[in-house]
Amino acid sequence: MTNWPLFEVFIRSKNGLDHKHVGSLHASDDNMAIENARDVYSRRMEGVSIWVVESKHITASDPKENSAFFEPAEDKIYRHPTFYHLPDELKHM
Amino acid sequence: MTEIESKLLEFQDRIDRDERIEAKDWMPEEYRRSLIRQIGQHAHSEIVGMLPEGNWITRAPNLRRKAILLSKVQDEAGHGLYLYSAAETLGIDRDTMIDELHSGKAKYSSIFNYPTISWADMGAIGWLVDGAAIVNQVALCRTSFGPYARAMVRICKEESFHQRQGYEIMLDLCKGSSDQKAMAQDALNRWWWPSLMMFGPSDKDSPNTAQSMAWRIKRFTNDELRQKFVDMTVPQAEILGIKIPDDKLKWNEERRHYDFDEINWEEFYSVVKGNGPCNRQRIEARKKAHEQGQWVRDAALAYAEKRSKKIA
Ligand SMILES: [Fe+2]
Ligand SMILES: [Fe+2]
Repeated sequence: MTNWPLFEVFIRSKNGLDHKHVGSLHASDDNMAIENARDVYSRRMEGVSIWVVESKHITASDPKENSAFFEPAEDKIYRHPTFYHLPDELKHM
Repeated sequence: MTEIESKLLEFQDRIDRDERIEAKDWMPEEYRRSLIRQIGQHAHSEIVGMLPEGNWITRAPNLRRKAILLSKVQDEAGHGLYLYSAAETLGIDRDTMIDELHSGKAKYSSIFNYPTISWADMGAIGWLVDGAAIVNQVALCRTSFGPYARAMVRICKEESFHQRQGYEIMLDLCKGSSDQKAMAQDALNRWWWPSLMMFGPSDKDSPNTAQSMAWRIKRFTNDELRQKFVDMTVPQAEILGIKIPDDKLKWNEERRHYDFDEINWEEFYSVVKGNGPCNRQRIEARKKAHEQGQWVRDAALAYAEKRSKKIA
């Protein structure tokens, strides 16, 4: 099994909702990954749709770089509605 | 019953049970086509909608206002992206959509064909245009196609600051000198009717509404949403102390809604057909941006290729 690639598993619990990452598994190919994901991650009807993707295809941000990486959004408090002081009697906004 | 008939019935059943349809599910071709058209139009509106406000970024009255306006316009670019991506799940590709915008085959909201001639227009747009868009988009958060609904939820969250920053601009102007207040009034005068037109033709002239409602792509008719917007906005204008340019505007106690005058439909259809004050200018600006951005796309590809060779 050492040469079986690792797959990440995403499940949509209900139509209308996003697929959500639920875990991972090893499989010899895409098909086996989908079937095994069904067998281990949705034994109790947890999903209506499964996506698998080989883990090596996921590019992830580096947690060590977090402070610099996410810095651009940090000081832009005016992107939040609470930044604006409007009269209390104002409704529907 | 033929196979297609039973599929159609089953599909309608799912809709009636308020299930969401996802990209890989079976759907009637006409459902797919309507959604591609509607989501595409919506995406184009976000993108073209950056132009009237982009006009004022360099001339915002102070750094605070400039940063806010820049942020808002960035958000609209993001909204365009979410929507193009939702449309792409239906099997149309991005380049085709962009071509259709540039050739005039695809439409976008007519409101963006009006010019922004004063700073107060930034206030009026945030307050009224984003306000009208929000009414429309809140309703679409429960549209039957999953990817579209999810894009709308994300967009609605981001929109709330757009309207508030616009209203704040109006409020500051209305509390300012008489010239400033007159500027705010002038902007309201010019943007009020085009904002009401954003909800589209009246129900009696909107032949696609019935099918869209049956498929729950739309949850409310154009006139229902327009009424909702008027009811919400009139008290907001009163707080500002400026007058909505409609002499027939009046609270109707019986209906529990505001009555308002008929929209100038001739103007509406003329702008939709391409004869608004800025139609040509907007499309030219989009095309120019696309063409002048070609070297950036080429360079990015060349760089990616070079890197992949290095790794290999
Ligand atoms: Fe937007
Ligand atoms: Fe907006």
